[in-house]
Amino acid sequence: MRLKIPTNFRIVRLPCTGKIDIIHILRAFEKGADGLYVVGCMEGDCHFNQGNYRARKRVEQAAKILDQVGVGGERVKMYNLSSGEGPLFAQYSIEMVNKIKEMGPSPVRLAKQKMAKQKKVTAA
Amino acid sequence: MSEFVSAGRLERVMKAGHLGVTSECGPPRGTDPEEVRKKGMLIKDYVDAINVTDNQTAMTRMSSLAACVHLKLLGIEPVLQMVTRDRNRVALQSDILGAASFDIPNMLCLSGDHQSFGDCAQGQNVHDLDSMQLVQTVRHMRDEGKFLGGDDIKRPPKIFVGAAANPFADPFEIRVPRLAKKIACGAEFIQTQCIYNIDKFKEWMRRAVDRGLHEKAFIMAGMTPMKSVGMAKYMKKKVPGMDVPDEIIARLSGVEKGKQAQEGIDICVEHIQQLKEVTGVAGFHIMAIEWEEKVPEIVERSGLYPRPEI
Amino acid sequence: MIIAEKKPIEEIIEEVRNFDRILILGCNECVTVCEAGGKKEVEVLASALRMYFITQGKEKIISEHTIERQCDHEYLEEIRKDIDNYDAIVSLACGVGVQFAAEKYLTMPLLPGVNTICLGANEDRGLWTERCQACGSCVLARTGGICPVSRCAKRVLNGPCGGSTNGKCELGPDIDCAWQLILDRLKALGRMDDYEKVAPIKDWSTDRAGGPRTVTREDVNI
Repeated sequence: MRLKIPTNFRIVRLPCTGKIDIIHILRAFEKGADGLYVVGCMEGDCHFNQGNYRARKRVEQAAKILDQVGVGGERVKMYNLSSGEGPLFAQYSIEMVNKIKEMGPSPVRLAKQKMAKQKKVTAA
Repeated sequence: MSEFVSAGRLERVMKAGHLGVTSECGPPRGTDPEEVRKKGMLIKDYVDAINVTDNQTAMTRMSSLAACVHLKLLGIEPVLQMVTRDRNRVALQSDILGAASFDIPNMLCLSGDHQSFGDCAQGQNVHDLDSMQLVQTVRHMRDEGKFLGGDDIKRPPKIFVGAAANPFADPFEIRVPRLAKKIACGAEFIQTQCIYNIDKFKEWMRRAVDRGLHEKAFIMAGMTPMKSVGMAKYMKKKVPGMDVPDEIIARLSGVEKGKQAQEGIDICVEHIQQLKEVTGVAGFHIMAIEWEEKVPEIVERSGLYPRPEI
Repeated sequence: MIIAEKKPIEEIIEEVRNFDRILILGCNECVTVCEAGGKKEVEVLASALRMYFITQGKEKIISEHTIERQCDHEYLEEIRKDIDNYDAIVSLACGVGVQFAAEKYLTMPLLPGVNTICLGANEDRGLWTERCQACGSCVLARTGGICPVSRCAKRVLNGPCGGSTNGKCELGPDIDCAWQLILDRLKALGRMDDYEKVAPIKDWSTDRAGGPRTVTREDVNI
């Protein structure tokens, strides 16, 4: 549709958001992602019946864990839209990216960068 | 129902065919025996015996046994209430012996409210025996003269044993079979939960009489005067196993706040007068919690004073 | 089966704070079924702990492994070859597994990752409820298949007590009155006459009161 969306996120395609497990979300943050959003079908319209309900619960759980370990549960969020809603997807993407920019880099990423620097220093 | 099993007055009054009258006193949440004595002295001429509650609603209080001893030493006849929540069979038998050593002649066996209602919600509960098995135990100790373990008891206890009944708990259809069970276990007198729903109580009583249960045990109707419409509403909503009809609430709210207490007493007296006429009612158990000073008025106005000479 | 619940992560963080190389050990049986300590839960816990400690400036080695069960010697032996790679093990098995592993690996700190709650059934997805207290002398034949020891808050054997209200326990509207259930069952089985039979005083010596229990079968031990 040639809409303007931010370029600093990766899209991971799934047959259904119900395929997402909590560990997938956590691993992304473990590897240094600053934010993650899950985009699923409108509630009640899931192609596979309840996949998007499961996804919502798992996103909530992951957010809770991210809060508990100090990364920030706000960094993960679930959106629902229908596949034809290109402009809405663009809007959500912008919203999410802006929110993450405001929150700043993930503490995990910062810590990893710091650790890498220290190792370089000791190596040199 | 022939010879006497205890040395107490309560048993003799009811076996002589008179309506028995008991009341209740809760021990203090402290160590001052004067509080127990005062309550006892207030009501002693108006009742045949006074129940002493056992850590009621699981709030830690002076032990029922100790408070009973204080009353006994004043010449007032107690009814030792014992719950199975806090003591195992060793302690239960032990306390029965302790009570009998002071010639405390009456006992009421109960399960007890769950400890989560009280001040030690994190504590264990025991329930080694249930209330029916406790009744059996007292009878066994008294009639067989033996401990549960089988050995002989030196100077077996002579205790008139009772149990509680709640005509208003669910399910209603087994409330009389349950009463029958308690009597089959050996209960000799029954004190019911406080009655506000006269019709339901009459139905329960009718079924009990049908089975001849009123001839096997003395069934005493529990009565508690309402202090205020607030109390009535609280009991209706928050107390499990309590049945407070809307008419009672309406009657109390129809009266200005300052006069509700008197209205509550009036209702209580009216109910007693009604229940005196019901077949099978062998007496009244008047529970005026923290309002013991009203017991004399209730007993007098109900035509139950003076207590008979026996 | 044994029902357990994940310990709060804050608690586990405190348990492992002073160790650098940690193994999160899951169990493929009961704790998998009640979604507290199986492979999935091991992965999630390990990832969460890694992230926590990294943000604290501490890079710990947190490994993951799940065995078939932790209450059998042969499965616990599987980790013997790798045991020296760790300073501590967080076991997500029930209390039995944690202890059995601790007995096997005497010098390895064994830390519990779940709270073991009860013996129960999977009533619904995400709902596990207590059914058995392992009293050692089952009375279910007498009570129509419903246990008054585990399902009655006062373990009344001649119930119901006076607090039963609308089929619910005096403790609250979300707890069924066990005796109401028993009565309904006796009615359905046409056995209401059994209600008035007095249940005798229970022998609790087979219960935990009698001391830690053992079951032996001489005939299978050659």
